[in-house]
Amino acid sequence: MIGLLAHNALLVSVATVVFGAVIAPIAIRTGRREWLQLTYGAVYTNFLLVTIATVAMVVALVIHDFSVSYVAAVGSRSTPLLFTIISLWGALEGSILFWAWVLALYAAAVVWLHHRRPGNLVPYAAMTMLAVAAFFGILLVGPADPFVPVFPVPSDGPGPNTLLQNHVLMAVHPPLLYLGYVGMTVPFAFAVGAIVSREANSNDWAILSRRWMLAAWAFLGAAIIAGMWWSYEVLGWGGYWAWDPVENASFLPWLTATAYLHSVMVQERRNMLRLWTLNLCVATFVLTIFGTFLTRSGILSSVHAFTTGNIGYFFLAFIAIVLVSTLVLVAGNSEHIRTRANLGGAASRETVFLLNNLFLTAVMLTVLVGTLYPLIAEAIRGVKVSVGEPFFNRMTIPAMVALIFLMGVGPALPWGSTTWTEARRRLLPPLIAAAVMGVIAVLAGARGVYSILAFAFVGYAAVGNLREYWVGMKARRRAHGEGWGTALVRLIGGNRRRYGGYVAHIGILFVALGVAASSTFRSEREATLVPGQTLTVAGQTVRLKNVWGREEPQRSVIGATMDVLGRDSAVIGTIHPRMNFYRVSDEPVPTPDVRSSIKGDLYVNLMAFESNGANATVKVIVEPLVPWIWFGGLVIVLGALIGMFHGGRRRTPSAPTPPEQSAAEEPVLTGAGE
Amino acid sequence: MKRAWVLGGGAVIIGVFAWLLFGGLEKNMVFFLTPQELLAKGTEGVGVPVRLGGQVKPGSVKWDAQALDLRFTVTDGGGEMPVRSTGAPPQMFRDGMGVIVEGRVGTGGVFEASNLMVKHSNEYRAPKPGEEAHEKYRTLIQQSSTP
Repeated sequence: MIGLLAHNALLVSVATVVFGAVIAPIAIRTGRREWLQLTYGAVYTNFLLVTIATVAMVVALVIHDFSVSYVAAVGSRSTPLLFTIISLWGALEGSILFWAWVLALYAAAVVWLHHRRPGNLVPYAAMTMLAVAAFFGILLVGPADPFVPVFPVPSDGPGPNTLLQNHVLMAVHPPLLYLGYVGMTVPFAFAVGAIVSREANSNDWAILSRRWMLAAWAFLGAAIIAGMWWSYEVLGWGGYWAWDPVENASFLPWLTATAYLHSVMVQERRNMLRLWTLNLCVATFVLTIFGTFLTRSGILSSVHAFTTGNIGYFFLAFIAIVLVSTLVLVAGNSEHIRTRANLGGAASRETVFLLNNLFLTAVMLTVLVGTLYPLIAEAIRGVKVSVGEPFFNRMTIPAMVALIFLMGVGPALPWGSTTWTEARRRLLPPLIAAAVMGVIAVLAGARGVYSILAFAFVGYAAVGNLREYWVGMKARRRAHGEGWGTALVRLIGGNRRRYGGYVAHIGILFVALGVAASSTFRSEREATLVPGQTLTVAGQTVRLKNVWGREEPQRSVIGATMDVLGRDSAVIGTIHPRMNFYRVSDEPVPTPDVRSSIKGDLYVNLMAFESNGANATVKVIVEPLVPWIWFGGLVIVLGALIGMFHGGRRRTPSAPTPPEQSAAEEPVLTGAGE
Repeated sequence: MKRAWVLGGGAVIIGVFAWLLFGGLEKNMVFFLTPQELLAKGTEGVGVPVRLGGQVKPGSVKWDAQALDLRFTVTDGGGEMPVRSTGAPPQMFRDGMGVIVEGRVGTGGVFEASNLMVKHSNEYRAPKPGEEAHEKYRTLIQQSSTP
């Protein structure tokens, strides 16, 4: 019953979105603009219909309606309610449904917010999003139908993949990921709209698409960090990034989106890089579809490709259609896109942005080639290979270290050009911080060149960015006599786009510092302990108290209770690494316990135990600064929020600019070099 | 003139990048082999990073918990490769199970594993009666109920 209702809703939604996408260009070409209401109506109707199907799926999961094929595949009566609900995105069909719903939501939001805008940009963007929605709709009523009736109806199901029901972060990471991934359809739709409506030459579309990209970028960044956190908390190896194809799939569009967020500023300020910026929009979108293809087609074996299916060909065909049609569109409208503008001086902000884009693209291509190489090698040379972590590390770390350095250079340089003397005056002070950080790293025991450089450049970039706040706050204090706090708040509030970016930079630096410290100074030891025995790793001591077992409705839990000992062997806390045995799988799910402080984590994983509790083998890892990575993620999101809700410079051009805004901006923006 | 510089510079950068990329790939590629394929490589297979896939030969597992020393043999029916690994085996590690070991063959002909992964499929199913893997921890649960 529920299945039939939902399936029919999806069928009608496919018809609706196809109709809406077809009517848009007809309405524009024939001058019947009132027909555009039909396109917008289709967007809202699609949102309603897909919402019905999605809610129906959640209801079917919660009431354990095993006559629905998806529920029969991932549902189970013994699974706790939270994990029952979030198994909506635990396997292939459900995640495609969730994708379609997020896309419908984005399309409705875009139309709702921008339908009054004159010109053809929004109609064509709506058309593009409807076309993408049609693809996912066709998947849902065809090869990835989650609502196939099952007969006879089973009395119970296997439940979701055990890895996916072991940690609450599974309720956070996938929705963030989908909001990020799917959100990148919006800037793509605006890019197509800009080309087709021949508005690519104006900066208007870029301002619009930039905001949406910023939102999607923040979601995706938060999703990547949450995914790192999840693998750290669930997989039990004490790491958070393994260059696994699934991880790479999320990283690729984040890199191009980051490049876009920088290049679009060059486009606005200097009228350069139009075609490049457009292409980054398209590439980001294609990479999200490509990532879905990689993870959902089963084409690459991955430790956490949770679903396999034969819908890979649909994705490949869709990617081909997107690439060919955008190429044709760009080629057919190239004279409207091209601009001639000259680079400013070598020491200018746009040069730094060009380098930033170069390095980001290089990292993206490296990761892409490394991820695809096993496929290529098997197809061409007939050998099964995997590309190990050393390749990715060796190839990408230098570029990422360089990017951190540029983060400290860009904000200090003005647009256009500057003299070398002035550039030196602005770029030399952070070098002291770089030297200090480098020396600290060496004293702490860092040896690799890139490791030391990473610490040094984090110091450089931190001072480079903080200097912007300092200069701005000083200027405000001079001009308005404000206190430091007021000056800071008004400074950021008055230049949200710029300072949003700088806040995000600080967040990235937190992440970089956490990654550099934990990969350089990590220590680990594994040992079999009998109760009462202690193990010391990097100055931190734990003592095994006992090994215990417990039955829970959906699983059995084996745990070790360990005391954390302080300096004078006093107990300063306990830590409970566990192992969860789910009914449906032979494999236990490791459940490490982490004790965090500002200095880092004490991470204990239970590896093995004697069935009479006589001993336990544990792995103890001391990871410096890991919590800084998670905190950095929050700061990045904060920066994106600040940058997204920038003031009304464009939206209310007639409103007079408050004097304190321009006064604070000027000395920072142009500097003394002009 | 400026344009030529930009284009030329771009070409050089792309060239260097491609050279690094493919050079790096060749050096850091890990072959995925079965014991038979690895043995067929002879001395060429010694010292190079390999992912070895196969089954744990029944009766071959020796695990010293105090020394954290694990020895077993991986077989694919056609060839056998002794493996030495440091660290606890996965809890459900047992005879006949599919494994992937990462590492390289040492000079003594023993595969020195740096990473041991248990191969399990994506398919999750309810265990049939009688094959539940509970025995391993049943006693522990019965003995102790206080964490």
